[in-house]
Amino acid sequence: MASETKKVLFGPIFDNNPIALQILGICSALAVTSNLNTTVTMCIALTTVVAFSNFFISCIRKHIPSSIRIIVQMAIIASLVIVVDQFLKAYAYAISKQLSVFVGLIITNCIVMGRAEAYAMKNPPIPSFFDGVGNGLGYSAVLLAVGVVRELFGAGKLFGIEILPAVSNGGWYVPNGLLLLPPSAFFLIGLLIWALRSAKPEQVEKPDFTLAPQSKALAH
Amino acid sequence: MSSNDSTGKTLLVATLLCIVCSIVVSTAAVALKGQQVQNKLQDKNRNILAAANMLEPGKSVQEIFKNRLEVKLVNLDTGEYLTPEKATEQWQQEALQNPVAYDQRKAAKTPEKNEVLSGKEDIANIKRQAKYATVYLAKDEQGKVETIILPVHGYGLWSTLYGFLALETDTTTVVGLGFYEHAETPGLGGEVDNPNWKALWPGKKVYDEDGDVSIRLVKGSVDPSTPNAEHKVDALGGATLTSNGVQNLLHFWLGENGFGPYLEKVREQGV
Repeated sequence: MASETKKVLFGPIFDNNPIALQILGICSALAVTSNLNTTVTMCIALTTVVAFSNFFISCIRKHIPSSIRIIVQMAIIASLVIVVDQFLKAYAYAISKQLSVFVGLIITNCIVMGRAEAYAMKNPPIPSFFDGVGNGLGYSAVLLAVGVVRELFGAGKLFGIEILPAVSNGGWYVPNGLLLLPPSAFFLIGLLIWALRSAKPEQVEKPDFTLAPQSKALAH
Repeated sequence: MSSNDSTGKTLLVATLLCIVCSIVVSTAAVALKGQQVQNKLQDKNRNILAAANMLEPGKSVQEIFKNRLEVKLVNLDTGEYLTPEKATEQWQQEALQNPVAYDQRKAAKTPEKNEVLSGKEDIANIKRQAKYATVYLAKDEQGKVETIILPVHGYGLWSTLYGFLALETDTTTVVGLGFYEHAETPGLGGEVDNPNWKALWPGKKVYDEDGDVSIRLVKGSVDPSTPNAEHKVDALGGATLTSNGVQNLLHFWLGENGFGPYLEKVREQGV
């Protein structure tokens, strides 16, 4: 059981990463990674939501009629997201203002729905909870990596503290403005997936089509 | 599993789920409301100070607010301050006791405290307006008023923009303009929050020599050497309707239905 829990918890970080392998939840990864404060808040919010939505859905999984199961999952997820949003508004107002709609959009984050449908509907509550935490961590790992690169090279800062003194403040570093724009996150996630799949070739998908071998020439 | 799919069970699960979820959500909303309102107020106060360029690093918002700002209520019709002699109704006396707590936005929706604007007057598209408005007087160390901060609001493209306009005591020179609540398109109209755009405002003149509201948002950057440059501000690119909204709300609040009478009194008699 212990090794099983470990696999559920840490598997999604490298072996089965929701963003890098399953390519889920990209939209928020683009939007909130331009600085680390919002990134960390978003990671915590999403991990909380996935973990608890998995837990609650798993608790009632034997009573969910299959005809309305998606709506039941959505209702649970949406309620949790609203609660998280209310907490952020109460205790981290400035950050919640920056995150604006993206906390609310966790409702439609494919990772949350995906885990509910793929894992929580079939497994007991405790493993489901850990599966949620694990996937949240996998999401967080990618987001933090992207966030560090974007904030460090885009603004010369980490968590708003200056690391590379920018030229505009009398330093030497010329910030790369592109990194602060959402498309840069695409490049970074792309590079990350490339690196991960080079290191773990088993993650490479089989091509959908292969070229047929050249047919023999008919004429001799 | 098949019993789960019966109509009765489906309805039961759906009903119970809805009840539980709504209880959870409403509990969270009600329990955290106090803290959230506090945050909103703090954010508003911060914006008042930001508009007047009074934020100092290392000093808390409350501290600056308490030491340097005086909050007064102004009768928008007459332009006079609400004083104890004039406070005949109970809510006026209460508002006078604690002017910070006076909620102008709520007052604008309360029949005995508001006025309905006719279509022609209502250039800012706000429909009804409170009879009394809050003004914030910012003082320097000697206690002399140096900035008048006026709450302004008006409709942009999608939403009502709420903000503060800070003027020098000549009532004409802008110290700053900032909005603390709006829902304009991020990246276009939402650029009203852009520090670079806000930096265009200080030093602009809102009234011309004849005392008419003269501030305009124009297309293209404003060359300071052209005539009347001090009455023109570069509008937001790609956000014509938000820019028009900002211009309209300034014209409304500086005009005779807004703070016009009050500012005229200030010009004649001082703050």
